[in-house]
Amino acid sequence: MILAIAVLSGFGLAFLAPFLTRRLGNTAGLILALLPAALTIYFASLLPDAAGNEPATFSFPWAVEMGILFSFRADGLGLLFALLISGVGALIFIYAGGYLKGNSNLGRFYAWLSVFMGAMIGVALADNILVLFVFWELTSISSYMLIGFEHERESARFSALQAFLVTGLGGLAMLAGLLLLGISGGSYELSVLLQKGDALRADALYIPAVALILLGAFTKSAQFPFHFWLPNAMEAPTPVSAYLHSATMVKAGVYLLARLGPALNGTDLWFYTVGGVGAATMLVGGYLALTQTDLKRLLAYSTVSALGMLTMLIGLGSKHALEAAVVLLLAHGLYKGALFLVAGALDHETGTRDVTQLGGLFSKMKLTAIAGGIASLSMAGLPPLFGFISKELTYETALEYGSWLTGVVVLAGLFFVFVAGAVGVAPFWGKPKQTPKSAHEAPFSMWFAPMTLAGLSLLIGIFPVPVSGFLVSPAVSAAIGEATTVKLKLWHGVNTAFILSMSTLLIGAGLFAVRDSIRRGLSKLTWRWGPSFFYERSLDGLNTLARGQTRFLQNGYLRFYLFTVVFAGTGLAGFTLFARDGFHWPEKVLDIRFYEAMLAVLILCGAFFATISRSRLGAVASLGVAGYGVSLIYLLFGAPDLAMTQFLIESLTVILFVLAFYHLPQFTQLSSRRTRLRDIFIALLAGGVMTTLVLSAVGIQLHDSISPYFAQNALPLAHGRNIVNVILVDFRGIDTLGEITVLSIAAVGVYALLKLNPHTGKDKEGEGE
Amino acid sequence: MEIVLAFVIGGLFAASVYMLLRRSLVKLLIGLALLSHSANLLIFTSVKLTRGSPPVIGMNATALREPFADPLPQALILTAIVISFGVMAFALALAFRAYRSVGTDDLDRMKSTDD
Repeated sequence: MILAIAVLSGFGLAFLAPFLTRRLGNTAGLILALLPAALTIYFASLLPDAAGNEPATFSFPWAVEMGILFSFRADGLGLLFALLISGVGALIFIYAGGYLKGNSNLGRFYAWLSVFMGAMIGVALADNILVLFVFWELTSISSYMLIGFEHERESARFSALQAFLVTGLGGLAMLAGLLLLGISGGSYELSVLLQKGDALRADALYIPAVALILLGAFTKSAQFPFHFWLPNAMEAPTPVSAYLHSATMVKAGVYLLARLGPALNGTDLWFYTVGGVGAATMLVGGYLALTQTDLKRLLAYSTVSALGMLTMLIGLGSKHALEAAVVLLLAHGLYKGALFLVAGALDHETGTRDVTQLGGLFSKMKLTAIAGGIASLSMAGLPPLFGFISKELTYETALEYGSWLTGVVVLAGLFFVFVAGAVGVAPFWGKPKQTPKSAHEAPFSMWFAPMTLAGLSLLIGIFPVPVSGFLVSPAVSAAIGEATTVKLKLWHGVNTAFILSMSTLLIGAGLFAVRDSIRRGLSKLTWRWGPSFFYERSLDGLNTLARGQTRFLQNGYLRFYLFTVVFAGTGLAGFTLFARDGFHWPEKVLDIRFYEAMLAVLILCGAFFATISRSRLGAVASLGVAGYGVSLIYLLFGAPDLAMTQFLIESLTVILFVLAFYHLPQFTQLSSRRTRLRDIFIALLAGGVMTTLVLSAVGIQLHDSISPYFAQNALPLAHGRNIVNVILVDFRGIDTLGEITVLSIAAVGVYALLKLNPHTGKDKEGEGE
Repeated sequence: MEIVLAFVIGGLFAASVYMLLRRSLVKLLIGLALLSHSANLLIFTSVKLTRGSPPVIGMNATALREPFADPLPQALILTAIVISFGVMAFALALAFRAYRSVGTDDLDRMKSTDD
């Protein structure tokens, strides 16, 4: 129960956040951070249970018939993620108070940040895959709101929509994949599915399910070729970039892959697709980072690269690879979060994010510089930092798979060193440069968060044992599906991995030294046909299609609508009638008498002349003939009330028409001959189908009639002798009241239309007279 | 007799569809009137027809004598006649007002109020 409350508490906080922010102003962040801090402590307290392979669970029957339980399960992998989310979350809440100081929308910002945190924790701990999907989509929605936080800028709106469309469409694919997975596994509970790995891999639905789920995971984690939305998402305020688009949300795809690994990995499909896409993303992201000069975009591309590395490791799927993935996940969250926050502090204090304009700031921003320095050294993989351990493990894994993979990973390592230097070192050292704002130290709220994250990188690097026992071991156990122990060590001795690691550092440092010429050289190579080009083209295409379709279907011509309705209606009804053999010539019908037949001919003549008459009066007179004919039919077949009413109404209608004609223009022939012929065809078709329908329907009684009830009870219950009148005023009196109301409204409407002149109408009336 | 009425209904329906597809607003209204006749007759024919015996209990009788015309569709049609008259009156007023404001009764030229 506490588990469920903990997961959902973020949504509760979202409701409180705007009020608290209004009350407390910029210090609200400190108070709001108490919840994620408390959650961090709570999730940490669950770790021993997860390590003992008895994770805390919660299950509530939601839609049991459909196999949906509202269930959570806090195993090692989920808790690692939840701790990252709540821990970094607490720091982000504090940081945002400084970064967005004085922003009038701070309350809304905190509300969406809380929603995101709750949703993300839900993704991490959900045990039911459909519950997981719901939280997954909530992270996309909150990401949309946060990227578009400064919605006055068009680029922010564009980027928000782009991120939402890419991840949202991927999410829909993933939903289909999860459903297929649930169908083939017979359950939507992750804990059940993970036990059925062999059966799932052998199932016919395996390939479509994996393909769809991968689409969801790849879009969410910005894998090539869907990576383009992540750098654009840097339009978000920096705390959001640090939190959503580096430490947590973009790792949701990676998390899902690791989570489903025991059920799905081990096949060639998985190995080559996940491993290959991961490796490609790693290189593309790293390469694109080289040309960037904007601090945040630099970090974004290097995040893409790191996400690729994570995906690749999960694709490899061995115990070592997953170990490396889990450690990289944690290490990257710590150092990249810190670097983003440092970048935000630089932007905030100097007014620019352009690396070419920043330099020599150490003396002015000592604390920020120290945090940035530690974080970038961790990213570069220098001992004794946590990033070093991570890099060693990755290299060791790569060496197991041969030289080509080692080469690829080392190349990515060079990119890491390059970016680390450009963001965490270059702005603080070297020649001081002129910045738009005169730089000074960031406020407490803004150096505390990066310092804490950087400090953790250092602390875990020096004392990796508690983390490996309580955090990494249970997570790796969950990712490979069997209990295992991981022992992290800072010092592995001088082996191949160590030598590779040191050479990476050296060569990377060399590349960094000549960064300006690299940038100049590479910026000449640009691609026009990148994936975002296709994104924009398909978005334009969709809009064009929508416009064209709307113009075609809703073209504003009443006739066109009528034509469509009548044609489709008669076509479908007629087709069904004949295809299903529904036509029957009526039996047991009343005989035909001569005068009745003549009456029928009269009505048809009236209708016919009403349509062909060129004069308005002629048309209305013919209409009257048809109407009086109908009323005579009523009279002949035992309906005198109807006959009377029809007679009266018909006379009134004719009078009304004639009165209106006084003010309306003469008939003119407006349509072409071709149109008229088409309309005649449609009209005859509709009339023919109608006649056939009536002929088939005569004599069919589907249910017992309720008429005998009215006939028997009219006198004893309602004391009336005219059954029709009794039905109208007594049995169905309320209906008649409704009818009278409609008539009154129509009368008011007519009066208003005739009498109340809008002032423009008055002028025209004057002209007419 | 039902067979004859089926053709009357079909004929009225065809005439009304043709008129509803015209560009002139007044012709459209005539089509509407024909459509309501057609629909009312359809309801009327949906039960067994009976000649000359309205569903009225004689002054000295205590119950209806068979055969009698079904009162239920009659009640429905009575309502429909009155409502369709309300619709017709409103539509005519609307056509009048529209012609005053727009200066045409051609539906194709009523797509915008700008000119």
